[in-house]
Amino acid sequence: MTDIDDTLTDPYAASSRETTEGTVYTVTGGDWDELVDESSGDERIVINMGPQHPSTHGVLRLVMEVSGETVTDVRLVIGYLHTGIEKNCEYRTWTQGVTFVTRADYLSPLFTEAAYCMSVERLLGVEAPTRAQVIRVLLMEINRIGSHLVALATGGMELGALTGMTNGFREREEVLHLLEFLTGLRMNHAFIRPGGVVQDLPEGAEKRILEFCDVMDSRLPGFHQLLTGNAIWQQRLVGVGYLPLDGCLSLGVTGPILRSAGLAWDLRKVDPYLGYEQYDFEVPTETAADSFARYKLRVEEMHQSLRIVRQCVEALEPGPVMVGDAKIAWPAKLSIGADGMGNSLEHVRQIMGQSMESLIHHFKLVTEGFKVPPGQAYVPIESPRGELGAHLVSDGGTRPLRVHLREPSFVNLQAAPAMCEGGLLSDVIAALASLDPVMGGCDR
Amino acid sequence: MPDDEKQPGVPATGTGGASGPTGATAGSSEHTERGAVAFSPVEQDRPHAPTVTGRAREGMFGIHGSGDTSGFGGLRLPAYAPAPAERPYGGWFDEVVDETAAALEEAGLVAFDEAVPQVTVDRGEMTWYVAREHLATLATLLRDDQALRFEFCSGVSGVDYGEDVPQQLHVVVQLLSMTYRRRLRLEVCLDVDDARCPSLVSVYPTADWHERETWDMFGIVFDGHPSLTRILMPDDWNGHPQLKSYPLGGIPVEYKGAEIPPPDQRRAYT
Repeated sequence: MTDIDDTLTDPYAASSRETTEGTVYTVTGGDWDELVDESSGDERIVINMGPQHPSTHGVLRLVMEVSGETVTDVRLVIGYLHTGIEKNCEYRTWTQGVTFVTRADYLSPLFTEAAYCMSVERLLGVEAPTRAQVIRVLLMEINRIGSHLVALATGGMELGALTGMTNGFREREEVLHLLEFLTGLRMNHAFIRPGGVVQDLPEGAEKRILEFCDVMDSRLPGFHQLLTGNAIWQQRLVGVGYLPLDGCLSLGVTGPILRSAGLAWDLRKVDPYLGYEQYDFEVPTETAADSFARYKLRVEEMHQSLRIVRQCVEALEPGPVMVGDAKIAWPAKLSIGADGMGNSLEHVRQIMGQSMESLIHHFKLVTEGFKVPPGQAYVPIESPRGELGAHLVSDGGTRPLRVHLREPSFVNLQAAPAMCEGGLLSDVIAALASLDPVMGGCDR
Repeated sequence: MPDDEKQPGVPATGTGGASGPTGATAGSSEHTERGAVAFSPVEQDRPHAPTVTGRAREGMFGIHGSGDTSGFGGLRLPAYAPAPAERPYGGWFDEVVDETAAALEEAGLVAFDEAVPQVTVDRGEMTWYVAREHLATLATLLRDDQALRFEFCSGVSGVDYGEDVPQQLHVVVQLLSMTYRRRLRLEVCLDVDDARCPSLVSVYPTADWHERETWDMFGIVFDGHPSLTRILMPDDWNGHPQLKSYPLGGIPVEYKGAEIPPPDQRRAYT
């Protein structure tokens, strides 16, 4: 039984209809006053926000119960971006799986690739060559800067700091340009593969990376100038979205949120992988455990990532970028042809003209894939959002039996009610932005 | 070994329950206090069959009746079962097992071998295959004991090993001790027609969404979970998509004149 109000003639006015649960109002923005007038006298209002809402960081839906302007109850509804990546991986070879998992968390694809590949490598019992490890670290740290920039930019946008948004996305464009130059793609790179990386860095990579570092060095202080000391920015963030250490631990929260509560837990330091122990960098922490502390941490982490990137450029020694085992590594050196990236002509000439065994081997490796000994492995790494783990199970075949991503976005979002309940409605936005969830990763 | 002794006494009906060790009964009453559903003590008499985590294979490419004369079609590979680890496990693994066994005994809960019928160390990771009725007790102990301190639960997820594997559904719990920087995996093996597992939400609140996802994807019921509802799929969805019996779906696609079948209907080489 719906009773359409006659205010519907004005498409932008607040409309309402009666249901068995009570009156349902539709608010489109700018018409809150009318809602307040109409609903005055009601003791509690349940507000639905999202899943299509500019302030919910993607397709996240919030159902909030408010009393006045105080939020008394928050429920999060997720799953709007569930794409079945984990299930799809079970129908592809281990190598093809990279192409799927890279699409989970679209702001930090290289981290998901790295976690997945390191897990496959643990199952295989191989280790990527040194140069490949340095390249992975290099790419991940560049990616971390890009991811944090989006966190700042979208967070700024949601709080009305539009210059923060434009600046953040402008800087991120530099990151994407560099990643495109290095890997061939701006996002969804599928550049890190089991056994190493798909190809070596292009010529002139070092120069481009160092230029990028200089650009970022000149631009990152801009965030401090624009936002850190800004009175409005501080009023919106300080003391908002408070989550102390015990809350973080019991809710499984990791990453900048955990470090904002004072625990210097960074897997790059406490459980180094890919040779992170050889790089000199700091793990910044704060103790305020609020949104402002997390904002400051992200800015500082970008500086630390730049430090690592510079050290990576120095650490790059000539060498292979893929394991030598021809049963795992693709035999061809890939190169850019007229129709995009593919096998190098030299290799095609060899397998087609000279060696039938090479042709058979190439065909089998590409169509069938390699077999992975049965067992399971869980490899966690420190993504921009926290502990990103890849739990892989093999039954000895050429396809994964199970691929599970422990996504920090998914886990950290659970903490949203603890951060928001009891606070103001407008603070929910700031608290969510400080969580920096990526729904592509959350829903997978 | 107690496992072998129990083998002949598998109760088809509930009559074998009386022979259950008293310690185990005490353990299950713990669950009742917690508000979780107590699993029948009968169940504890079930012998620990070797944990199978793989399917048996036939033939080279999974192709049958193709007139293959190479002989590879006759290939038979048994199902993979992870080997129980033998002492010494190496590293800190022995210490954690000893400490847990001592703490369990001290608290008068359950014998370690009964709560954890199989310990596997593989690729530097330790897995405990846990009897499900003792999962919550064990997790509480692992979290609280000063020498163990697994205060952080990284995640809970499921694995479906396929229809021809006994106890094909596994619940996988990844624990982390930040104090000692150790990782431990707990695994509970379940039958698909009795897919129930005690919830860990009261021990690790973070398990809330993980268990909802595992229910949603695998249909594993977590007893004691405050609100076990679907989380990724729509509320009115039928079926549990990550089960191997659930089809991937997809349509054939035409590419340059050739028709490419959907991924789950293409030839598999496993």
